[in-house]
Amino acid sequence: MNCRSEVLEVSVEGRQVDEAMLALLHTILLHRSTGKFHYKKEGTYSIGTVGTQDIDCDFIDFTFVRVSSEELDRAIRKAVGEFKEALSNSGSDGMGQISLEFYQKKKSRWPFSDECIPWEVWSIKVNVVNLANEQERQICREKVGEKLGEKVINIVEVISRHEYLPKMPTQSEVDNVFDTSLKDVQPYLYKITYQITDSLGTSVSTTMRRLIKDTLAL
Amino acid sequence: MDNDLSPQDKKDLDKFIKFFALKTVQVIVQARLGEKICSSSSSSPTGSDWFNLAIKDIPEVTHEAKKALAGQLPGIGRSMCVEISLKTSEGDSMELETWCLEMNEKCDKDIKVSYTVYNRLSLLLKSLLAITRVTPAYKLSRKQGHDYVILYRIYFGEVQLAGLGEGFQTVRVGLVGTPTGTITLSCAYRTNLAFMSTRQFERTGPIMGIIIDHFVERPFPNTGHMHACDYRATGEEDGVGYPGVEDSQEVCTTSFSTSPPTQCVFTVSKAHFKSPKPAVMDTLKVPMLGLSFSHQLCSSRLSYQPPMPGAADLCYPAALNSTNPHQMVLPGKEGGVPLMPPQPCHGTQAEHGRVSSCPPADPGHHLSGSPSTGEDAETLSRSGEAKTACRPEALETTFTRKVGAFVNKPSTQVTTTGLDLPFAAFAPRALNSEENDPMVHPPESPTTASPLHGSLHSQDSVDSAGQTQDDFVMVDFKPAFSKDDLLPMDLGTFYREFQNPPQLSSLSIDVSAQSMAEDLDSLPEKLAIYEKNIDEFDAFVDTLQ
Repeated sequence: MNCRSEVLEVSVEGRQVDEAMLALLHTILLHRSTGKFHYKKEGTYSIGTVGTQDIDCDFIDFTFVRVSSEELDRAIRKAVGEFKEALSNSGSDGMGQISLEFYQKKKSRWPFSDECIPWEVWSIKVNVVNLANEQERQICREKVGEKLGEKVINIVEVISRHEYLPKMPTQSEVDNVFDTSLKDVQPYLYKITYQITDSLGTSVSTTMRRLIKDTLAL
Repeated sequence: MDNDLSPQDKKDLDKFIKFFALKTVQVIVQARLGEKICSSSSSSPTGSDWFNLAIKDIPEVTHEAKKALAGQLPGIGRSMCVEISLKTSEGDSMELETWCLEMNEKCDKDIKVSYTVYNRLSLLLKSLLAITRVTPAYKLSRKQGHDYVILYRIYFGEVQLAGLGEGFQTVRVGLVGTPTGTITLSCAYRTNLAFMSTRQFERTGPIMGIIIDHFVERPFPNTGHMHACDYRATGEEDGVGYPGVEDSQEVCTTSFSTSPPTQCVFTVSKAHFKSPKPAVMDTLKVPMLGLSFSHQLCSSRLSYQPPMPGAADLCYPAALNSTNPHQMVLPGKEGGVPLMPPQPCHGTQAEHGRVSSCPPADPGHHLSGSPSTGEDAETLSRSGEAKTACRPEALETTFTRKVGAFVNKPSTQVTTTGLDLPFAAFAPRALNSEENDPMVHPPESPTTASPLHGSLHSQDSVDSAGQTQDDFVMVDFKPAFSKDDLLPMDLGTFYREFQNPPQLSSLSIDVSAQSMAEDLDSLPEKLAIYEKNIDEFDAFVDTLQ
C-alpha cells in the first residue's frame, strides 16, 4: 500500500521552534493515539481512556491540545530538542524538516530483521527566521500562532478523510501496530526523524535516524 | 435503509449519535470557559468514558443539551447547533461562532457501526478538541471576565448563521459516514467584528459623541454584580454548577436577542492580518483586561453629544486599552448614565456637568449605570485600563477600531499606524464587542447640543482633508497631554497646522541640481587655485602635526 505523506511548512523564529514542533506533533499524535488495549479472553478487547491537556505556548500566541501522557510528552520533547539543537548548530539560516512516521512492523523470519512499513508520514518543514527587534517579534508571535492554527486545520482535514488505518490487531499482533510501551496511552507505532538543510539548500549528512522506542528501551 | 441495519446496530448507532452530540456540546462549552482544560488518561477502562476520551460532563451543560434535543437526535434536516456569543458588561452581545452538528443523506452502508463508526466518532471528537482552540473565539474566551463574558446557546433544528455578520468563515471539523447518513461537524465563525447599530439611524442629529477625556478621572463603580447573577447563571465561565437551569437558558436566549442599536459605529479592522485564508485567524487579540473598544482613536475624537442634554452624561469611556491615553467615550445607556470619563472631558462636555465631578478612576472597574436608567447601564470603563502601564498586548492587538463620524456604513479598516497621530502606535486596537451601545433608549433630542457640536464637527471636518486615509473622517483631534481650553491655538491646532510643513529650500531638487552643475563647473578652477597654493597647504599640515 502506498504511504500517505503530508507536508506542513512553517516559518518561525528561533525560540519558537520547540513549541511549534510540539504543537503540531502533539496534534497529530492526539489523533493517532488510543487508550491502552486490554484484551479479554474471547478475543475482544476494551480500550482505556485518553485524557487531554491544553498547553499554552510561551513564545507563540497559540494553545494546543495533547494527550495527557507524560511519557509521550517526554519522548516528543526529546526528539524536538535534538532537532532544535541540530538546527542551531547548522548555522543561522536554519532550515530543516522533522518527520513523524507511523509504521507497521512486519515480522520476518530469522535472520531477517523486522520490516517497518510506513503508512503515514507527516513532514514539517521549518524555516528559522531571525528578527531584528521586539516589535517584529510581537508580530511574529501572532502570525506564527495563526499559521499553526491553519496547520492544525490542515491536519484535522487530512485525518477526517479516514484513509487507511492499520486494522485493529489481535493480541499477538498488537506490538506490530501500536506502541505499547507507554503506561497510559497507546499511539500507533511511530518514529521521528529529522533532516537539516544548510543554507546552501543541500541535504547534509547530519541526517540522523532515531528510533524513539529504542531510546526509551535503553 | 434500515433493512441493512440490524436492530442492535440501529440502537447502537442512535446511542452513539446521542452521546456524541452531548459530548460535542461539552467539548465546545468547556473550550469557551476561559480556562485550560485538563483530564487524565486512564489505562483501565471505566466504561463510562464515551468514545474512550476523558471528557468531563458538566451537568448543567448536559441538561441544556438534552433540553434542546428534547428526545430527538440530530438527523437530516435536524441539526444541533451550539452558538457561542460574547456579551459585554453593558449588555451588548454579539455572536461569535456557531458549531453545527448536521447529518446529510449520504449513507455508508458497509461501515461497521459498533466499531468503525465508534472509532471515527472518537477521532472526530479529538479533532473538535483541537479545532476549538484554534478559532478566534478561543482567545477571546480565555480573556473573558471583567469586561465581557462568553455565553453559549444550544438549539436544534435549522442552522442560523445570520448573526455572524458578513464574511463569516467556516471550518469543517470532520465527518463520519454511518449507515443512516453522514454526520458532519463544522464551525462557522465571525470574521467581521464591525457592527453597526441600527439605532444609529433611528436617532436624529449628529451621531456619536465620543469623548476622549484625558485626565479626568471617572468613577468606576464595581459592576461585579452584573456578572454574578447573569453570567454565572449560564454556567459558562467557570463551569460552576448552578441551580437554575432555566435561568441560564433564559439568560442565554436573552443575550442573543437583538441588541439595542448603538450610537457608534465600530469598525474593527485587522491591522496586520488581512484576509484569513483557510481559516482561522483573525487574531482577535484582546488586551488583558478584556474588551477594548478603541474606536480609532487616534482621530475621531468627536465631541460627545449626549443624547439627553441635561441628563447625566451619557458618555462613557469606550474600552480603552492600556496605553492609549485617549479614551473614547461612548454614549452611555439611555437615561443618561453619569459616566464620568476618566480623562478630562472636552470643554464641550463641560456644560453637561460631566467634567467636574470625576472621581478617581479605578482601573478595571466599570462605570456604574445611572440609577435613573434603572438598568444595568454600566458602561465599560476602559479608562482604567488607559492608566495601566503599557501592556504588550496593546501593541499586539490586530484590530483597530475605528469610529467614523457621520458615517452610515461600517468604515473600512484603518490602521492606527497609518494615521499620523501621536502615540498612534499605542492606540488600543482591541476590538470587540459588538454593539457597543448599551443604550436601550435612543436619545431624545440630540438637537439641543448639536449647534455646539455641529460647529465643532464642521471645524474639524476640515482637518479630515489632511488625513491620509480617505475613509476616515477626523472630526476632532485632541492630542494627548494637551489641555483643552478651547483656545484657538492649542497643541492640537498647532500640530495640525505644522503637520505638513513645506520642504526646506535647500533640499529642493531644483536648487540642488543647479548647485551641482555649478559645482562641477567650478571644480577645475578650484583645483587650479589649490595647486597654486600647495605650499601653503603643506605648511598648514605641518603645523598640525
